[in-house]
Amino acid sequence: MMVNKKSRLGHFISQAVVLIIGIVMIYPLIWMFMSAFKETGQIFHTATSLIPEKWTLENYANGWNGVSGVTFGRFFLNSFIISGLGTVGALVSSSLVGYSFSRGRFKGRKLLFALMLSTLMLPAQVLMIPQFLWFNTLGWVGSYLPLIVPTFFAIQGFFVYLITNFMDGIPKELDEAAKIDGCSFYSIFARIILPLSVPALITAGIFSFIWKWDDFLGALLYVRGTINFPASLALRMFSDPSTATDWGAIFAMSILSLVPVVTIFITLQRYLVEGISTTGLK
Amino acid sequence: MKSKKFSLIGFLKEDNVASVVCVMPFIIGFLAFLIVPMLLSLYYSFTNYHMIRPTYEWIGLDNYRNMFNDPRFWSSIRATFYFTFTSVPLRLLFALIVALLLLKSSKLVGIYRAMYYLPSILGGSLAVVILWGRIFHQDGILNALLGLVGLNRHFAWLGDSRTTIWTLILLAVWQFGSSMLIFLSALKQIPDSLYEASSIDGASRPRRFFKITLPLLTPTIFFNLVMQTISGFLAFTQAFVITQGGPRDTTRFYVLHMYQTIFQNQRPGEGAAQAWVMLLIIGAITAILFKTKRFWVYDGGF
Repeated sequence: MMVNKKSRLGHFISQAVVLIIGIVMIYPLIWMFMSAFKETGQIFHTATSLIPEKWTLENYANGWNGVSGVTFGRFFLNSFIISGLGTVGALVSSSLVGYSFSRGRFKGRKLLFALMLSTLMLPAQVLMIPQFLWFNTLGWVGSYLPLIVPTFFAIQGFFVYLITNFMDGIPKELDEAAKIDGCSFYSIFARIILPLSVPALITAGIFSFIWKWDDFLGALLYVRGTINFPASLALRMFSDPSTATDWGAIFAMSILSLVPVVTIFITLQRYLVEGISTTGLK
Repeated sequence: MKSKKFSLIGFLKEDNVASVVCVMPFIIGFLAFLIVPMLLSLYYSFTNYHMIRPTYEWIGLDNYRNMFNDPRFWSSIRATFYFTFTSVPLRLLFALIVALLLLKSSKLVGIYRAMYYLPSILGGSLAVVILWGRIFHQDGILNALLGLVGLNRHFAWLGDSRTTIWTLILLAVWQFGSSMLIFLSALKQIPDSLYEASSIDGASRPRRFFKITLPLLTPTIFFNLVMQTISGFLAFTQAFVITQGGPRDTTRFYVLHMYQTIFQNQRPGEGAAQAWVMLLIIGAITAILFKTKRFWVYDGGF
């Protein structure tokens, strides 16, 4: 009886701790969400209260008007173009390459696979200057090409690894049966392996989209001209401390810029969690 | 002639040829977007290459010499190491503690998991980075909350060289959710039979944790440690947007330093040299971490 009581108290305490930490963690996000509905002049005067004294949608209207005559609609469209094409590229190339790593038999496969794994540890920032100088030589700076073209060549090891891993789990008997029925290497991919790999493709697609959507450094390096800015770059320009800053509008547009990621999070959380737990990568 | 064309298709359909065809995007991409830029930048690091001037010449080790003679280079090394070696262990520790707490709590675990995980999904966005800057601004949220409980509400968190880097460390630790998920799934894989056997033997709970749970988690911890240490070295956006490297270069992270070398100081050659040195540093740290592996990482089965 005594033991039971003690463990119940312990359970209650750990529950309370978990809840309090959770609230503290979420608080900044809720604060920003609520502040976007306050009158912009009031935000930091009433920073301790979450509920706006007077609710307003003005910040959303002002923010949407954007900067230098370019609206946030355009910035979001740019973000969707970059993230969408980048994700298509990553999925097409990574699934083909992953299929070859999983089912292909050729000399040097192990070496190539090791090289692919090594790209997991060779992150974009190390390549920032080398790639910039190379794209500058190619004359690609100032366009979306450096942000999109490389994704079509499966150099993001994370996605290849994730997909290869998943395909390794698909029973080989399925390909063998298809082969007896006269399927070639390519049609086994298109008709059997690819349809069965949809869960891994969704996971890879989610991560690709979120990373591209959030990518700030890439946009900063390669995108020129306000009209071509993705949302991340526009937000940074918008919040530039050297200009008079409308925090209400910035928070409103910040909230909008989080909507795609939060939507993915809510609807596809299962795939996100699976991707993280199976690969052990963020 | 006709039969030759047929055999070409037949050739492409052979399994080993087809495998190579499928892996071709990676081979091309690896050469075109990794090997070529890296080698090109190695070459540029020995020249006074300039993006505007068309001509440039070989200047030997001058870029490397300039780089090591620049005190800001050493500030950036110090800031980056400080940031990485505080934020990564703290984040892993936090992730582990919360994962252990969550493992027990029953009904609401889905909601909690979402609450903890959301920051690490949104943390990479510029919106959150901007928000973080406002939290610690002198007229920001933290000071307003401190004022509410009667404390000093005018401290400049982002203006003091002791506290500024901690605001960025906090931003990194705040995003512990994905590590927590990894720990949760690793914890669930530990078979119950081990705990049952040890409790029959009369092992206490702390003892069970240190003798069973922790050793079996070490491979997961190790893997996370390596990956997060690498990404810690690459911190850029938060420093670029929130602190611009200040105050007194305490948050001048390596990547920020590299960025300014090439874009503000217009010295791409030196920037290329910095990129190579960074690659060597990351390689060395990874190698050292792998060397320590056998002292503390459990690599047996269950």
